[in-house]
Amino acid sequence: MSATTADRISSFYQTSIGKKVVMAATGVILFGFLVGHLLGNVQIFAGADKFNAYAEFLHNTPSLLWGTRIVLLLSLFGHVTAVVQLYRARAEARPVQYKVKRNRGATLASRLMLVSGVAVFAFIIFHLLHFTTGTVHGDFKPDDPAHNLISAFTIPTVALAYVVAMGLVAMHLYHGLWSFTQSLGVSHPRYTGRIKASAMLVSVALCAAFASIPILILAHYVK
Amino acid sequence: MRTFSLTLHVWRQKNTKDPGGFVAYKVPEVSEHMSFLEMLDVVNEGLIVKGDDPIAFDHDCREGICGTCGFMINGDAHGPHRGTTVCQLHMRHFQDGEELWLEPWRAAAFPVMKDLVVDRGAFDRIIAAGGFISAPTGSAPDGNAILVPKPASDRAMDAAACIGCGACVAMCPNSAAALFTGAKIAHLNLLPQGQPEAAARVVAMVGQMETEGFGHCTSTGQCEAVCPKEIPIEVIARMNWDFIKASADKREAKSRGD
Amino acid sequence: MQLDAKVPSGPIEKKWDQAKFDLKLVNPANKRKYSVIVVGSGLAGASAAASLAELGYQVKCFCFQDSPRRAHSIAAQGGINAAKNYQNDGDSVQRLFYDTVKGGDFRAREANVYRLAQISVNIIDQCVAQGVPFAREYGGALANRSFGGAQVSRTFYARGQTGQQLLLGAYQALERQIGLGRVTMYPRTEMLDLVLVDGRARGIVTRDLITGEVASHVADAVVLGTGGYGNVFYLSTNAKGSNATAIWRAHKRGALFANPCFTQIHPTCIPVSGDYQSKLTLMSESLRNDGRIWVPLKKGDTRSPSDIPPSDRDYYLERRYPAFGNLVPRDVASRNAKTVCDEGRGVGPTGLGVYLDLSESIGRLGIATIRERYGNLIDMYERITGEDPYKTPMRIYPAIHYTMGGLWVDYNLMSTIPGMYVLGEANFSDHGANRLGASALMQGLADGYFIIPYTIGDYLASTKLEKVDAAHAAFADAERGVKEQTARFLASDGKRTVDSFHKELGRLMWEKCGMGRTATGLKEAVVKIPELRERFWSEVAVPGTGEELNRELEKAGRVADYMELAELTCRDALARNESCGGHFREEYQTPEGEALRDDDNYSYAAAWEWKGTGQEPALHKEPLAFEHVHLAQRSYK
Ligand SMILES: Cc1cc2nc3c(=O)[nH]c(=O)nc-3n(C[C@H](O)[C@H](O)[C@H](O)COP(=O)(O)OP(=O)(O)OC[C@H]3O[C@@H](n4cnc5c(N)ncnc54)[C@H](O)[C@@H]3O)c2cc1C
Ligand code: HEM
Ligand code: FES
Repeated sequence: MSATTADRISSFYQTSIGKKVVMAATGVILFGFLVGHLLGNVQIFAGADKFNAYAEFLHNTPSLLWGTRIVLLLSLFGHVTAVVQLYRARAEARPVQYKVKRNRGATLASRLMLVSGVAVFAFIIFHLLHFTTGTVHGDFKPDDPAHNLISAFTIPTVALAYVVAMGLVAMHLYHGLWSFTQSLGVSHPRYTGRIKASAMLVSVALCAAFASIPILILAHYVK
Repeated sequence: MRTFSLTLHVWRQKNTKDPGGFVAYKVPEVSEHMSFLEMLDVVNEGLIVKGDDPIAFDHDCREGICGTCGFMINGDAHGPHRGTTVCQLHMRHFQDGEELWLEPWRAAAFPVMKDLVVDRGAFDRIIAAGGFISAPTGSAPDGNAILVPKPASDRAMDAAACIGCGACVAMCPNSAAALFTGAKIAHLNLLPQGQPEAAARVVAMVGQMETEGFGHCTSTGQCEAVCPKEIPIEVIARMNWDFIKASADKREAKSRGD
Repeated sequence: MQLDAKVPSGPIEKKWDQAKFDLKLVNPANKRKYSVIVVGSGLAGASAAASLAELGYQVKCFCFQDSPRRAHSIAAQGGINAAKNYQNDGDSVQRLFYDTVKGGDFRAREANVYRLAQISVNIIDQCVAQGVPFAREYGGALANRSFGGAQVSRTFYARGQTGQQLLLGAYQALERQIGLGRVTMYPRTEMLDLVLVDGRARGIVTRDLITGEVASHVADAVVLGTGGYGNVFYLSTNAKGSNATAIWRAHKRGALFANPCFTQIHPTCIPVSGDYQSKLTLMSESLRNDGRIWVPLKKGDTRSPSDIPPSDRDYYLERRYPAFGNLVPRDVASRNAKTVCDEGRGVGPTGLGVYLDLSESIGRLGIATIRERYGNLIDMYERITGEDPYKTPMRIYPAIHYTMGGLWVDYNLMSTIPGMYVLGEANFSDHGANRLGASALMQGLADGYFIIPYTIGDYLASTKLEKVDAAHAAFADAERGVKEQTARFLASDGKRTVDSFHKELGRLMWEKCGMGRTATGLKEAVVKIPELRERFWSEVAVPGTGEELNRELEKAGRVADYMELAELTCRDALARNESCGGHFREEYQTPEGEALRDDDNYSYAAAWEWKGTGQEPALHKEPLAFEHVHLAQRSYK
């Protein structure tokens, strides 16, 4: 009797490789969203009206908005579930720790994936409470996203928090964008150097572009 | 000839059940020409003469090829020298007065048997699950009936150079056996002779690797950095690719293991 | 005792076919009713265990390492010979046969060697099918090189790791059978005795090296593939764990030991650097293709090699052997190195070394070519010595490498104990007095893949074996013996380590029974060894208990056996009043200093029978006839 598709998917997911494939795929989706999100956000530089128009467009296109939200939520759920499962197993895989730990040949980013990931998770929650629901925003106007943005980032600590968060996202992506090619088996030693360099470039550029928003607002370039 | 002194902090553990702990030993006269294991031999000679239990460590060929030796020196699998097993590591790489912490490979899948000796039977079981080409004795065609492109053969050889020492697992922050398993899969799946069983092989070997309780791969590359045969983590990507492909192929029967 | 080699009749090229036809077969359905013990998981043991299990026998396989993959065969570097003639350079089964008999200095059994040459061809096919990544040409065909002075290119290789790759092939075949449940593997388990019931081998007694448990294993036949005994010299190129215990204890149970004095010394090893030295590392002799060997012309010249002008150097091999130069066979190269060092012209801190100088080849071919050819070896040398051979000559010295002697076996590889077979380096069969490079791997795999599967069936099919279990008195006796030995070691309140005795024995053997042997020296050794043995038993310190992982206890048992084997080796060397192959008796040499055989009186295999500790062993002779290769003096001038 041949295994059903469901069985096959489940036994695939039961392996660590299967979980990493899910992480890689969802990670790439989340990354794709970040790119789109950035393209939307930088419209703030074209002026508050432009930005608000973009936000309104989104809200008037519920299929796009909710479609994206559902995909993102599922991705994040998949990504985080796999993390929880993998790191549980990881703890069991080495019950006794080394007295002296060394990290040879590993980048800081690669060693801090869990840390940067959890920080990103915390940031996402904060970010949603901040700009989507306004729960933690002191001066939230549901109909004026541009205002929400500018009023938030004129507070130096908030701006700084976002810049730091972007640094962590950059770190996460720097390793993630190389690691996912390994997880999906599409890396090639010939291109490893280039993949890593591009991962660095893309992650830093992306996050620098994001971070430019609070920085430029704080510096009153955007009003 | 330079001689110098060292302090060793060695993990001593009587057997699998014993909790174990570090014991410090002063080694007053180390010659720079000794290998690391010869230095331990000298320490052991001293212990035996005093009626103490010598430090147990695994070794056999002392030539860097059998893969028997291996432990952590200050957090480095096989010590600080690249591409070198601990049996080939020589004392000239150390300084007078250094303190060295010697610990066994640590992983749930590699239980400590005594002191620095661990059980790596999990590796054998991964091979038994599918790390072979089924070619019963006598069934082979002429050697040159199967032409193998030189690049494929060379890459297969690169992967086949694995000595199964376990340093990759020991050094990996997640205790993954991905480099070991990936190396064998790459060796066999790169060759034409390995094709008939390629899909079944990867499914079975990965399945066994999971069963043994190794961790997952985060692509940190620490395994590659300490591998005495410098096997690249490219082999892990290959394994993943073959595994995804095999899992996606509807016609492929389930793993042979179950 | 009459030694019957059971060589089939008929023309030599038909003997093996004839044998295969004559050998009885076990009905396929009955095979699973027979159990076979295979001790050893090297090339010989692993290939045998896998092949026997494929046929359907129930197999138990043992090794002392933590995994069968770590058997000492893993360390072989150079390659494996086969008469494939893929290079179209005139090779043939006949030529490989001829070269092996001649290279063995006419002390091997012709029929066995011929079969080995025939089977060599199948080995390569088998290994390729298993996925052994042999070196290849750009067209995808298998590559070959010439090795050890052979005039044809018949050596197959996998970089400098041929033994590793061949062993992994056999190991993987073995693991497959383990996975299928047809082989039960016992790693970290040492065979400590052979058990005979009604004069037949019916099992072994082992010690679990982790728990110390002593156990009996019963079977219908026992196969030993336990490797060579080079470590009787303490320092050798063998792995630290390589030992003679299995064959020696079988010898004490009645298996004759043949030609123990035929030991091979390899000329290109890294010299000893100090007392703590634990083993010697081989540098592939391929280095001699591009390296020139020399020592200073004058005694006690302590200048650094670069300061010694060509006029003050002695390229002694080129001088003495203009035709072969640096490529003379192993024994000749080794002996000459010893001679120049004995003259006080040796180099390095101990004076026991000669230079192997790549500088001229680097000048001629460029450093890139040299790196491509020998990069791995040079790296290894640098790792060990801290010196850079691209800049300064390497220092090398001969070391014990291989043992041609071993348990006597007939054509079917059965020892003088019915039901006990011996394969690979552990037997004496194919290499005579000297083994050619790349032939040991060939022999181990021939024995395991292609000979034992046929011959063992004949024994099982034609022998009525009564049912025996581990409760049998013979097993209980053997277990008791093993436990008593353990208890005796642990009870000793000596102060000297096992290694210190082993080193002392090794030094004695190297001096008296090494590269150059004399009747006087050997007689001395025959007296000194028993004395040392006495002291060993009374002064050795073995800490710990028997119920745990106890390396000192393991080593003590092995050294106890070496103490007896060493004596036999010296007696054999003393009894052989000729020089041949690896056995060089200084009294027997040509005016030019070459080995002088005595074919009229010593054209036999010397098979020794154990008569008890301290008793003189009995010598049995298997006469050797040379009908196909004509006796001739080797000459490399
Ligand atoms: C450095 C080096 C390089 C070499 N290079 C070449 C080469 O290029 N070409 C070539 O043809 N030959 C070469 N040789 C020789 C060749 O490697 C060996 O002769 C051959 O591999 C021996 O194989 P084997 O199976 O007989 O024994 P081994 O590989 O020695 O295996 C012995 C097995 O027996 C087991 N064993 C031993 N005693 C016991 C016991 N009491 N209880 C349980 N198990 C036991 C061991 O665990 C092991 O599994 C080389 C040898 C050395 C040392
Ligand atoms: C914007 C959101 C995120 C993006 C774009 C992203 C992207 C990625 C990518 C591409 C990878 C590489 C996957 C692989 O190795 O195959 C990865 C790995 C990882 N992510 Fe995320 N991630 C995000 C959010 C998170 C969150 C919220 C967490 C944690 C709670 C997290 C934790 C991790 C961890 C721990 C890894 C490493 C997994 C391992 O050990 O191999 N990530 N991420
Ligand atoms: S002892 Fe064999 S690799 Fe170190």
